[in-house]
This record gives sequence, structure tokens and C-alpha cells, in this order.
Amino acid sequence: MIDLKDVSKVYAIGDERVRALDHATMHIYPHEFVSVIGPSGSGKSTLMNIIGCLDTADAGIYCLDGIPIDNYSENELARVRNRKIGFIFQNFNLISKLTAEENVELPLIYQGVRRGERIARTREALERVGLSKRAKHLPTELSGGQQQRVAIARAIVTRPSLLLADEPTGNLDSHTSREIMDIFHELHDQGNTIVLITHDPDVAKQAVRSLHILDGRVSEVQL
Amino acid sequence: MITAFRMALRSISGNKMRAALTMLGIVIGVMTLVVLVSLVNSATDSVTDAVSSLGTDLLTVNVTDDKGQPLDSATLSQWAQDEPAIGAIAPYATINATAKHDAENGSMTVYGTTSSYYEIEGLKLLMGRFIKMTDVDNHTRVCVINKTAAEELIGYVDCIGEEISINGSKATVVGVLENDDQSLTAMFTAGSMIGYVPFTTLPRLTDTQNTDVTTFCAAPAAGVTVDDARAALDRRLLARFDEDDEAYAVTSLDIIEEAMGDITSVLSILLGSIAAVSLLVGGIGIMNIMLVTVTERTREIGVRKAIGASRGTILRQFLIEAIVLCMIGCAIGIFLSWTILRMVTVITSSLQMKFRLQANVVWISVLFCFLIGLIFGLYPANKAAKMKPIDALHYNG
Repeated sequence: MIDLKDVSKVYAIGDERVRALDHATMHIYPHEFVSVIGPSGSGKSTLMNIIGCLDTADAGIYCLDGIPIDNYSENELARVRNRKIGFIFQNFNLISKLTAEENVELPLIYQGVRRGERIARTREALERVGLSKRAKHLPTELSGGQQQRVAIARAIVTRPSLLLADEPTGNLDSHTSREIMDIFHELHDQGNTIVLITHDPDVAKQAVRSLHILDGRVSEVQL
Repeated sequence: MITAFRMALRSISGNKMRAALTMLGIVIGVMTLVVLVSLVNSATDSVTDAVSSLGTDLLTVNVTDDKGQPLDSATLSQWAQDEPAIGAIAPYATINATAKHDAENGSMTVYGTTSSYYEIEGLKLLMGRFIKMTDVDNHTRVCVINKTAAEELIGYVDCIGEEISINGSKATVVGVLENDDQSLTAMFTAGSMIGYVPFTTLPRLTDTQNTDVTTFCAAPAAGVTVDDARAALDRRLLARFDEDDEAYAVTSLDIIEEAMGDITSVLSILLGSIAAVSLLVGGIGIMNIMLVTVTERTREIGVRKAIGASRGTILRQFLIEAIVLCMIGCAIGIFLSWTILRMVTVITSSLQMKFRLQANVVWISVLFCFLIGLIFGLYPANKAAKMKPIDALHYNG
């Protein structure tokens, strides 16, 4: 499913060169629920950007669904993000001028799905996160937990191969966090592949498997 | 596409004040363009109408070289009958004569002509009658005078039956014409005494004139254009004068119309370009605001890219937004122009001018606004489209 081999990424900050990923190697199988845990500055975000095709590696091989993500043009990467990956961000990243259902509908618009099907799939996705009744609300009219659920609906509406969650509970209280994690468990039970990036060991250990990242190197941990 | 359009409208209505101020530049630009050009064109239309009411239909022919075979009235009557494009032909000749009645005397311009002249020149009778064909045939000593002549020479207007003498020959007044203040010639002859006598009578009043026709006027038949009538006349004249087009000259007032047209198009282009500059300034305003919008919405662009928007999608989104902004401004501008033109028409109602929205300038401004939206929207939209998704997502502005 996800195959990283010796992936490196170097950022130049001023004159200094920061090695954000240092020959990182990892493997994630289909239908797995994997957490990636590491302190801040460990290369988590870089790893997530590369897995999420928001950025490309300097060296090494990254295969998603058996296809090497290599030398892809920007538009090809956009297609991969659109069809294969569902993003869930710490700060929700909903578009504030669009209602909940419009936010969920957006990736389908970019896919060129017909209007009738879009509406049906949007409704279905919102139902799965239990937000059908708030479909017409703007993000500002929703609580943090509700906003994150809209974001999850937006991520699953395209039926992606991979759900990529970056600190999904980072901005939420413990009760709401539990609700969100429950949704992740449900999604996992339904057969979705989930990669959850966090710095919180309590969240990380809810995943079936945990990977540890430190100074750009990835290692397996048993929690 | 419709979705993109809806999103653009949403985004514009999300910041109404800013959108309104941005559009103001376009609104003013469109208004200047539409109002100025419409005013010029409407004014020209009115003037052209006025000119054509002076008798642009009128063709005047001067024969300069008769090749030893002078024209006569009978030939002209024959032409008028045979040529369907020509409605009427009247020969005429002019002399300056001394007119006398009792103790009063003065200089009078005397036309010798036929009955058709009345209709061709669009004269108006106050009373009595104009010269008739029988007068011409019988060399009758009658005359028709204008109101000025009646007042100055005889002392009152209702003077049918009075006898005046023209260059010593007596003539009975059979009709009084209204003073001509409409036609172009009236501009030069205002206030002067004018008399009309039968074409055949004129040679008896002077030594310089015989019955040969050197000047005549013609009017096209109903529903025939001046150009067609002129062509018909040309054919006849060429045949008559051995295909020598130097032997005669046909003139008409439509030359003035053409000149007016030239002046207007120059004026329209001039004013139009001034207005276009103001539209351009409006376009720069659009670009400015779109750049601000793109910067403000960097995170949104990042999110859209993260969930799969391609470069083209983002480019299209911001481009459509710029164009929609321009087109709304354009619509408001056109509506306001229409209002202004209506107001101008009402205010200047005494001028008898109708200021209308000119369809072509409306289309030009619509096209222009579209292009401005496209051109000035392209740079900001491209800036948005070029953003890297990670940079845009982590932008903290």
C-alpha cells in the first residue's frame, strides 16, 4: 500500500541544511490502522507531506498503491491527492465561506463527478460522521468536534485508498477527541487504511501498529 | 463551470464593500464610454435628421458644356417621365432684378422655373398658387413672391392680384410663399426678397438669359435613394453629352451628411479612447484587489490544492471571479448610463434630441470589460495557481 524506501528530504534554512527525513523506510499494508508518533521537529510533518503527495522526496522511492510517486507533475500529484488520499488536519482546514455540505462536495467537484451523484455521496458521507442535520451550516457555526467531523466526511467522500490524519485531535478536548477516535475506529473496521500522525502516545496507542519517528528516521515501536 | 460561477459570486458577495469599491472603477469607466459615445452618436443622428430635412434628397445639376446642343425643358420633362428612379425635374435660372411697386423698389432674386420646383425644393405657400405648367407654356406674366417681398414691396402679405414690375416688365402676383428658414440656401438668403416667374418668362426680363437649360434640380422618386436617382440621372446626362462627364456636375447635400459622419466617427473614437483609459484604470483596481484576495485566501488555496484542485482549477476560479467582478460592474455601468441618457433626454427636451443607448457601444463595453477581467485577472489568478500546496497550507498571514 505505502512503501517508503530510503526516503530523504533536506531543507535549506538560511545556510544550514536540515535533514528532515534521513533514509526513512516504512511499509503500510492495506486496511491497516497505523500511527506515527514523534516529538515536534522529528520530521513527522515532512513524512506526512510526502505520504500525502503535498511534497516530493529528494531521494528514495515512494510507492503508493504500487505506483511510484516520482517525477510527477504538479497536476498529476493533484490528481493523486484528489483520488487516493483523504486529508484530515489538526486545524480542520475547512473553507469558511462554504457550508458543511459544500466543503464535503468540493473534492467531488474537482473529480468532475456529476451533480446528482455528488449530492448523494455528500449526504452519505455526512451521515457516516453523524452530521446530516448540520449540512447547511457554515464552519463558524459548528463546534470544533463537528468541524473535524465535516473534515472527515470531506476526506472519505472520494473513497480514497488512504486516510491521512495529522494530529486530528490536537485542537479538541478529551471528550470530543474520543468521539473523533471512535469514528476512526469505525472507518478502520469498514476497511479503510488510516495513517494517523500524532505526538500524543495515548492517541497513538489506539492504532493497531505504531511507528516512531525521530530525527528523520522511522522505527517500529511496541506500545 | 456553473459551480465555479456560483463560487465566484459567493466570494464576491462575501465582501460586499470591497467588491463595490473595486467595481466602481469599472462602473465609472463603462459609464463614461457608453454615455459619451451615445451622446455624440445621438446628437449626430439628430443633426443628420435635421440636415436631411433640409433636402439632402435634392440633386442639383449644372451644365457647363452643352456641346452645342443645349437642354430644353421638354427633354427634362421627358426624362422625368421615362426614368422611374427620378420623381421630378425642374429647370431653373436666377437673375438679380429690380422690383418695383408704386414708390417702393428693391433688389429681388428672381427664379425662372416650372411647377415641379415647388415640390422638389419643398416650398410652402401662404396663399394663392405656385407657377403652373400652363404659365410656362403660355409665357404668362405672373409671379410668386416670398413673404419678405410682399411685406417690403407691397406693404402687406395678402397681396394676390397686385401688380409689380420686375426690371420694368409687369407681373401679377398669384401666390405668396412662406419665408424659407429651413433649407440650406435659406441660411444665405434670409431676409432677402425672392420672386418666382415661369421659366419661359424669365428671358423677357433680362438680356442674359435665354430658354436654354443650364441648371436644373431633381428629386428621387418615392422609395428611391439619392444614389440610385443620381445614377439614373448620370446615365441620361452621359448619353446626352457624348459620355463626357466633365460637361456637367451633379451635386447634392448628402456630401454634408458624409462630412458629419466623418466628424462623428472621429469624435466617437476620441471620446471612446478617453473612456477606455478610465476603464483601464478600473482594470488595474480589479487586479490590485484580486492580488489582495489571493494573499488573503492563501490557506484556502492550500486546502483546495490538498484535496485535489489542480493548477487549472485554481486559475479558473480566480479568473472567473475577476471576470464576474468586471461584468457586474459593466452591467451596473450600462444601467446607470441608460438612466443618465434618459435624464439628459428629459432635461434637454427643448432641443428635440433623443439620447439613446447605442447598442454597438454597449456590446463594445461588454467585450472590453470581459477582456479587462481576463487580462487583469490573469496575473493574480496565476499567482494563486502557482502556489505550492504545503507553503499555502502553512501560510500564516
